[in-house]
Amino acid sequence: MEKPKVLTHKEFSSVRYFLQWEWILLIIFILVNIMNASFSDNYLKFDGLMRASMIFLDKGFIVFPMALVIIMGDIDISVSSTVALSSVVMATVYNAGVPMGLAILICLGVGALCGLINGILVVKFKELAAVIITLSTMTLYRGIAYIILKNQSAGGFPKWFSELSWGFAWKIPYILIVFVFFAAIFTLVLHKTNFGRYVFAIGNNDIATRFSGINVDHIKIIVFTLVGVMASICAIFLSAKMMSTRPNVASGYELDVIAMVVLGGISTAGGKGKMIGVITAVFLLGFLQYGLGLINVQSQIIIIITGLLLILAVAIPNIQEMIKNFNKKREVNL
Amino acid sequence: MDKVKEKVSISEMFSKFRELGMVLFIIALIIFIQFRNSNFLTLENIDDLITNAAILSILAIGMMMVIITRGIDLSIGATLALSGMSTALMVSANQNMHPVLALLMGTVVGMIAGGIIGLLIAKLNILPIIATLGMMNVYRGFTFIIGDGGWVSAYQMPDSFVGIATSSFLKVNTLVWIAIILYIIAYYFLNHTRLGRQVYAVGSNPGSARISGVNNDFIIFMVYSIMGALAGLCGVLWVSKFASAQGDTATGYELSVIAACVLGGVSMAGGVGKVSGIIIGVLLLGILQNALPLINVSVFWQLAIQGAIILFAVLSNVLIKRNSDKKNLARRVL
Repeated sequence: MEKPKVLTHKEFSSVRYFLQWEWILLIIFILVNIMNASFSDNYLKFDGLMRASMIFLDKGFIVFPMALVIIMGDIDISVSSTVALSSVVMATVYNAGVPMGLAILICLGVGALCGLINGILVVKFKELAAVIITLSTMTLYRGIAYIILKNQSAGGFPKWFSELSWGFAWKIPYILIVFVFFAAIFTLVLHKTNFGRYVFAIGNNDIATRFSGINVDHIKIIVFTLVGVMASICAIFLSAKMMSTRPNVASGYELDVIAMVVLGGISTAGGKGKMIGVITAVFLLGFLQYGLGLINVQSQIIIIITGLLLILAVAIPNIQEMIKNFNKKREVNL
Repeated sequence: MDKVKEKVSISEMFSKFRELGMVLFIIALIIFIQFRNSNFLTLENIDDLITNAAILSILAIGMMMVIITRGIDLSIGATLALSGMSTALMVSANQNMHPVLALLMGTVVGMIAGGIIGLLIAKLNILPIIATLGMMNVYRGFTFIIGDGGWVSAYQMPDSFVGIATSSFLKVNTLVWIAIILYIIAYYFLNHTRLGRQVYAVGSNPGSARISGVNNDFIIFMVYSIMGALAGLCGVLWVSKFASAQGDTATGYELSVIAACVLGGVSMAGGVGKVSGIIIGVLLLGILQNALPLINVSVFWQLAIQGAIILFAVLSNVLIKRNSDKKNLARRVL
């Protein structure tokens, strides 16, 4: 009696396919858009959507490498400080007379260095959780940003620089084009290359991966460095959006980024998740926050909703698991 | 027989050596600061230092218990602000409220906040970092909402309430007395009660703790509730001390508390941590915060110095432990 039951369960593959988290996300995403459209008549116009996406996409860049980090079973909470430090350094060297192009390169370099330091520390000190290492580098990087700029803001960037965040190419914002570019690259890297498979392998079983002859340390360092680089790209777009920067810029970004990743269906236990879910989650959270802003919901309530969404996204799979286990137990008892 | 004895004594020496090293470091630091500024070792300044460190030291008790169970709590700054704000609103509405009642109310608010986090972690299996990161924003948002985005200032609070933190007994500030009493309770609880020992058991090996009949879920729930209660208590003390309650009270304070624990030798891997250790950690941080302005270090350097010291302490801890493990192994081979 037991065996056919299992088989029928497997035959319903199309149902299970559409019960995947990514489809549920898509439905929530559409609901959010319907809600937003009911708030404002102008919302569903092409220009309006494009403008809305310009507001939140800077965070989105960090989401891709953060997804890799969480798939590996680690976490990086120093990203907001990396954004602050690299943007502060960029503004400072630019004001010291360095041409803007070079300043942008230096910004990328600073981000890469921050990420590299995180990666090396995580790999060399395996006894320590990545949480505690990135927590201390978070304080350190933010502290260095304060040392450089004191409590002032720096800016005065050239005019073309603001075009990065506010400019359009054929009615499509530059920032969206860059975002799609990185989304494609990271999706391919995660799902179609050996490197991506290694990342999943590390998240599933670190030690087994090591014994299969894969250089785990190497991959971890690369991924953490990628987080730093993408954080500095976020710093570039953020500075371009505001045309200035301060040492306390981007504080709290780690919440939004981790919320987007977790909402996107990446398991915090490691080893599970799809990039397409994460990309959907970026737009979902972004449009949700934008829509709530449209009807003048206080920013504090938006923060509360983001926090609750983060917890819900993690709790729902766990609850499903619990129900499954409970049912199994009951079946055994019967 | 002799060899066994020797092993025990050496490993004991090591555990003492760590604290001894910290004490020596603190003494060296004190001498250095005293040479730079002779105002440091005056009774007045020492009183100031201890009073300022009191709130940090109370929070460190709770954080130590959380970290011992392999968790982390990033929400305490927000819990502190929430309890402080709600109590401040309460006393400004009822001017003749008894201060003890205010303390009690703040503690209960904090305990509920902590209990919710405890349930999320224990019952829904959410990672502590995700649960507390999410709830941190929820509580912070609530603080802004109940405070209506404004603040409660000194003239709205009755003298009896402000008196909690400014009064003194035997020439020692009430805050310090509260901290001392809580430390005695914590010492007794963690070392001499069944529940206290179970906290260590859950942290050092959750699996075997469960098999031995420990109710892991309850211990984790209890630890986060205690953390919340202490944060709630500190919220009242904080508001009374600074005579103002704001939405952004104690933002980022959780970092200092975690730093104090880590400096005090509490291991992020769980199961390790002593009350005497965190006293040293709190003292070190307290001295740094008190002395850096005295020896003319700019405030903007403090964050970076704090970050660097945490990183140094965490990493050197690992290195010392590796070294002693290696020596232990070598001895076993002989």
